[in-house]
Amino acid sequence: MASLDLINIHKSFGATHVLHDISIGLTDGEFLVLVGPSGCGKSTLMNIIAGLEEPSGGLVRLAGKDITQAGPADRNISMVFQSYALYPNMTVAKNIEFPLQMRKVDKAIRAERVKSVARLLQIEHLLERKPRQLSGGQRQRVAIGRALAREPQLYLFDEPLSNLDAQLRLDMRTEIKKLHQRLGATIVYVTHDQIEAMTLATRIAVMKGGVLQQLGTPHEVYNRPANMFVAGFMGSPRMNLAKAMLTGTGTGTGDALALDIQIGDRPRATIALPPQPAALRAYAGKEVIAGIRAEAICLAPAAGVPAGGQHCLVDARIEVIEPTGADTLVVLNLGGHEFTARLEPDLALKPGQDARFMVDLSKLVCFDPATEQLIA
Amino acid sequence: MDKNNKPLAASRLALYAVLVFLALLFLMPVYVMAVNSLKPLDEIRNGNLLALPQLWTSEPWTTAWSTAQIGVQPTGLKPYFINSFLIVVPAVVLSALIGALNGYILTQFKFRGSNALFAAMLFSVFIPYQVVLIPMAKTLGFLGLAGTISGLVFVNVVYGIGFTTLFFRNYYAAFPQELVRSARMDGAGFFGVLFRILLPSSGPMIVVTVIWQFTNIWNEFLFGASFSDYSSFPLTVALNNLVNSSTGVKEYNVHFAGAFIAAIPTLVVYMVSGKYFVRGLMAGSVKG
Repeated sequence: MASLDLINIHKSFGATHVLHDISIGLTDGEFLVLVGPSGCGKSTLMNIIAGLEEPSGGLVRLAGKDITQAGPADRNISMVFQSYALYPNMTVAKNIEFPLQMRKVDKAIRAERVKSVARLLQIEHLLERKPRQLSGGQRQRVAIGRALAREPQLYLFDEPLSNLDAQLRLDMRTEIKKLHQRLGATIVYVTHDQIEAMTLATRIAVMKGGVLQQLGTPHEVYNRPANMFVAGFMGSPRMNLAKAMLTGTGTGTGDALALDIQIGDRPRATIALPPQPAALRAYAGKEVIAGIRAEAICLAPAAGVPAGGQHCLVDARIEVIEPTGADTLVVLNLGGHEFTARLEPDLALKPGQDARFMVDLSKLVCFDPATEQLIA
Repeated sequence: MDKNNKPLAASRLALYAVLVFLALLFLMPVYVMAVNSLKPLDEIRNGNLLALPQLWTSEPWTTAWSTAQIGVQPTGLKPYFINSFLIVVPAVVLSALIGALNGYILTQFKFRGSNALFAAMLFSVFIPYQVVLIPMAKTLGFLGLAGTISGLVFVNVVYGIGFTTLFFRNYYAAFPQELVRSARMDGAGFFGVLFRILLPSSGPMIVVTVIWQFTNIWNEFLFGASFSDYSSFPLTVALNNLVNSSTGVKEYNVHFAGAFIAAIPTLVVYMVSGKYFVRGLMAGSVKG
């Protein structure tokens, strides 16, 4: 296991820039998830770490050693591919043994390693089969087994779950997380699925258009998204983003700020804010984009607003109700703008009805409408 | 149901009749060769070519194989049969290996001009044999291979590379890239990837290449006639000499037997691996 440092990585194919100045540092045992929409450069970045592509500029360091120019075989990194990439002409045992054989590991040690990996992944009964005789989940296990057998310094996973059906995907996700906890391995994992990213990562790197948008823990990325793209990309349902006028003078800490939300001639909704940091106070009198997660909105409790001053009450019309089983998503109209709220299941609400909601303002984030960056 | 079936059955019957007739027509030369190679020469002179032998004999076969006068010595086709094998086997193996290597490089290492290089190699497929005769004779003389079996192996390998490269390049273009990447990360080197991953997965394409090259080189006449001498004649040239000898009586039964002997190896290759041939051609056609 080892640390990994990506320093100012650039990549361009001719005139097209695929990666712009990416710098990420990983400490030993971290689970980094690279996430972003397709074409964001995450797979290219992974190929650069693997040595399958050369960066146009920048450095890759593994355990402090510069490996930018090293070939893929000389890096002590193993990779699990999206298509599993099992060698069709070899049995499962031979597949797992292959990287060891290529590294001229002693035969007795190879056999021992194959056995222990097979035991760990519960594929001992499959060792003599050919890949085409395996199901998708079994192939996935074998591919992970082949990566484990070498005991590399770094594991790469390239969308390993995207070819599996929904149920199996959840199972394998848990299994990969268990494996990480058990091995304490350093892992870089590429996915376009933000739920996978949230559940697996110790840190998430959100990418778009070859630019690193945010690098942070799942908690940071979810609760303090660096910009509107991250806010919209992470989380399901998406974060509610609404254009609002920040009213007040913003001259002192005691000065009361409020958000006015109004589209067209719909009745204006006003949300009084608790004291805000100076960065936001500077926007007083200007427009901002207010962001609030669906679960930060709930029905107003009968007992009234809890003490602490971070909550406010708003009245809104319910437009759509979407029960999902575990909870109910309610689309409500506030000042002409639609907000999604995640409420408890089994509510006696009807579309078209007016209701009073409570918003947890400690979860409120505001973005600059021009730069789309977080105001903080 | 019955009413509907009757006209259908009649047309079916007509179709089959035509097909059987055409098949018989197609097989006629084989039949003529077979029956006449098993007759004494007198029967051929007196009777008609289509009749079955009255006196069955295997003597034309033994004569053609071991005693017919072809070169200076009455050796039969045997030494030339062996010559052909000595030419075909190394030429097929070498051209297939080089084709696989070329296909591997052209698909897995996208270097500048790789497509242009492939187009140029593809063009070699269309060069007529006659054009290369004189330059090839010069080259063989320069290499000291003129008139030898090694020389013919060389010529056939060079001429076959265009085809084998085309076959393997198209097959490997459809080969999953992730497998090759995975093997490289697992530590397989340049030849490791080729011999441990690509070639073991190319069964159908190897069969296609072997059949194609085997038949072509086995039946090849012009290079054999141009670049060999008495000691290195391939079977096709020897057969021609046997049939065209200007001295003595024309022993048609021996000629038929000789032609049959020359055709047997390619027939065997087709029969053994014909079904892979079709499968392999389909496999290569998915992606180009």
